[in-house]
Amino acid sequence: MPSVSMTVNGKAVSGNVEERTLLVQFLREHLRLTGTHVGCDTSQCGACVVHVDGKSVKSCTLLALALEGANVLTIEGLAEPNGPLHPMQEAFRQNHGLQCGYCTPGMIMSAIDIVRRKGHELDERTIREELDGNICRCTGYHNIVKSIAAGAKAMAQGGAPRQAAE
Amino acid sequence: MSATGIGAPVRRKEDLRFITGKGQYTDDVVRPGETRAVFVRSPHARARIKSIDVSAAMSMPGVIAVLTGAELANDKIGNLICGWMIHSKDGSPMKMAPHPALATGTVNHVGDAVAVVVAETKGQARDAADQVKVDYEPLPAVADPAKAQEHGAQQIHEVAPNNTIYQWHLGDAKATDAAFASAKHVTRLDIVNNRLVPNAIEPRAALAEYDAGADHLTLWNTSQNPHVARLVIAAFVGMAPEHKLRVIAPDVGGGFGSKIFIYPEEVICLWAARKVGRPVKWTAERSESFLTDAHGRDHVTHAELALDGEGKILALRVKTIANLGAYMSTFSSSIPTYLYGTLLSGQYNIPQIYCEVDAVYTNTVPVDAYRGAGRPEATFVVERLVEVAAREMGIDPPELRKRNFIKSFPHQTPVIMNYDAGDYQASLRKAMELADVKGFGRRKREAARHGKLRGIGYSTYIEACGIAPSQAVGSLGAGVGLWESAEVRVNPTGTVEVLTGSHAHGQGHETTFAQLVSERLGIPFENVSIVHGDTDKVQFGMGTYGSRSGAVGMSAIVKALDKIEAKAKKVAAHMMEAAENDIEFKDGKFTVAGTDKSAAWGDVALNAYIAHKFSGQELEPGLKETSFYDPTNFTFPAGCHICEVEVDADTGNTEIVNWTAVDDFGTVINPMIVEGQVHGGIAQGVGQALLEGAVYDKDGQLVSGSFMDYSMPRAHNLPSFTIGLTETKSPSNPLGIKGCGEAGAIAAPAAVINAITDAIGSEQVLMPATASTVWAALERANVARQAAE
Ligand code: FES
Ligand code: FES
Repeated sequence: MPSVSMTVNGKAVSGNVEERTLLVQFLREHLRLTGTHVGCDTSQCGACVVHVDGKSVKSCTLLALALEGANVLTIEGLAEPNGPLHPMQEAFRQNHGLQCGYCTPGMIMSAIDIVRRKGHELDERTIREELDGNICRCTGYHNIVKSIAAGAKAMAQGGAPRQAAE
Repeated sequence: MSATGIGAPVRRKEDLRFITGKGQYTDDVVRPGETRAVFVRSPHARARIKSIDVSAAMSMPGVIAVLTGAELANDKIGNLICGWMIHSKDGSPMKMAPHPALATGTVNHVGDAVAVVVAETKGQARDAADQVKVDYEPLPAVADPAKAQEHGAQQIHEVAPNNTIYQWHLGDAKATDAAFASAKHVTRLDIVNNRLVPNAIEPRAALAEYDAGADHLTLWNTSQNPHVARLVIAAFVGMAPEHKLRVIAPDVGGGFGSKIFIYPEEVICLWAARKVGRPVKWTAERSESFLTDAHGRDHVTHAELALDGEGKILALRVKTIANLGAYMSTFSSSIPTYLYGTLLSGQYNIPQIYCEVDAVYTNTVPVDAYRGAGRPEATFVVERLVEVAAREMGIDPPELRKRNFIKSFPHQTPVIMNYDAGDYQASLRKAMELADVKGFGRRKREAARHGKLRGIGYSTYIEACGIAPSQAVGSLGAGVGLWESAEVRVNPTGTVEVLTGSHAHGQGHETTFAQLVSERLGIPFENVSIVHGDTDKVQFGMGTYGSRSGAVGMSAIVKALDKIEAKAKKVAAHMMEAAENDIEFKDGKFTVAGTDKSAAWGDVALNAYIAHKFSGQELEPGLKETSFYDPTNFTFPAGCHICEVEVDADTGNTEIVNWTAVDDFGTVINPMIVEGQVHGGIAQGVGQALLEGAVYDKDGQLVSGSFMDYSMPRAHNLPSFTIGLTETKSPSNPLGIKGCGEAGAIAAPAAVINAITDAIGSEQVLMPATASTVWAALERANVARQAAE
């Protein structure tokens, strides 16, 4: 089996994978980073969103082997171990932006990318349009929208969020 | 109100693990030596299995076993069952056909499992599954419930002539007919309650492990009720005795009903794990979920409402065909009967109701409870009829509702239910204020200037929750009691663990249940933890569905806490050398009445365990109590949702521009969580009304079988919601809770369709009201108008 090396959450990792192994499988099954979820098989739900080289991607759509040398950030790497939460994580908690929690890692990773692209002052319509690639069955999105607006503001004020280098 | 007590919007305990990616869902659990299972599924809606050749698959790399229904039968693994007996009006029992976990003989829906491959990796299992050669003889299929009973339709199961499972009825047919005969006005509607796919975002999964040394099985499973799963798998499927089977439902990523049921896949994983001697894991792919998770709704109904000249309702007559799919799922029979017919009185004083329901088999995925389960279907019938009747009679729809509201309680409906408390005028009034109904005319004119048709729709819904008094449901055919259990363990240091038979898969029990305990014992919220979802830890429990966790599950905790307090008082009496009757307990402190003697909660807990202050003959050491709570009645949450839409006259596209919900849930423990439940429910109801539909073609192929073609509500399909509460306490449980989990899904579809039909001036709009459906309705209305002119 071919091998692949990349940086995940700041750590160098490598592994031997089948050619067809998807990034999400590599993360979940090889690295046991199970915070990244799989909710569909058609790239629709966004439960699997991670950042690759600073941009959000659906990790169910990329082959692990295509990511040689890439810099990957997952939900587990957003906050330093025992450090404070990322402002977007905190915003989801404060605004009840999650219920079952299954879509949540993908939502948070997408939200941070929305802020990167659209800035810190996000109106409701923008957030709703930008969430097109993430499905939540529990919350009706109301509190996710509130969480992202609040998290975006908090990111402007506070601690430099940890981002994979571009 | 304390910052963490009852009524406080406490932030959730469970969130930290979810926002940091540390949740443990079934697929995240890995056992040493774990293998992966992939199922071979029927591509036909109905076919005879002529032969299955597994030899090529067996020789594929990594393959450990390929198992079929013949071996399952050989091993005497029993069928899946439906646990609620319904009798037809002629007294005959429902016709339950055998449902083996792997099909033998015939397959009855696309996705019916015929074999399972167990291999070292999922990829290998999938490759090998492609090599299992099943020789099918395709047979004609029937997918449309309205056609299932027709003469000449394909007979699906021998036990059920005309594909009819039961012909059930409720109410007084004669008296209803008489009321219709005296009516001044009759409103008639043909209604299709569209078929839905639950689509919890976590797909179902099962991981089974066999310990040969102990002859013991463990199942990790995406379940809303692990004890019921264990009971069914032990007692009916016969996999292993209950004490040799442990079921763990760890973090579960949403259920909405679909994870109540006992499915073939968990049965097969258990069986295969014992056969191959290694853990076996199966995780559904989304397309597999579409083909195997029990679907919801799927009713075809003709309904009639009789009124007098003043708009007073005289009677309601309903005839429904309910599609139960290819096999009877675990609770399927109860949904279109006792969870549907019994709610047809809505919030109204209706003297006579008669309801007939034919349940039918079709060659489609089984249908069972989905958020609301029967009650959304009932609400849709009642609230559409009332709205249309008001329009036909030229009465303002809220006014017609008011004229018919039940105003005194208790109220016995003609369809079993005895409503115990409510104030329907209050929720309607408050919703109309919050929605600024007075300003609607102005908003409509404004919209018209932009080429938009603006409409307003009401839904004053009721539901029966807090499911349910065991004797009552037993008399209606339930195979189980629907009480709940709780065990409260006070540790020697005074911290508390509560073991509950309820299960959380998004509802936040770890928080709300702890709020209750913290308030009641006067101890810090952080000192309470809630344990659920493991049959080895928790005594028997009935699980979470039907908005029952608060009303029934928390009531069981209250009862156990009563016992804890009584015992702790005994301990405190010994400690302070006082009479037990003189001990008072408040804010975490025990005092002797009329003295300044006191003992703190923690000291009493410690003394209960060290037992130095009393002899074991006088009082048993320890501080742990159990309760099984059986409610005295259902609870009846009710409220009013008002939806405003704008329809684009050129495209038929509907946008929801305002949503107001005012609900009466009785006592609210955590308003933040309650509002979240309402939001989610509305989104699912709006999904049903505007977007979602499981579409089968005439051959029984599921056309909308992925997120590419089954339209899930996304953030931009929905507005933000205005939420309000009114409160009448439920007298049927000690906390006065009614339940909030399903309200939105129950109320929303009628509100949306009432708004759209108001906007376009035509009642002919089917769900989902997609742009093309609404556009076609507009066209028909235009043609009719022109013809009339
Ligand atoms: S799992 Fe990647 S989009 Fe659904
Ligand atoms: S919180 Fe359950 S899917 Fe979003």
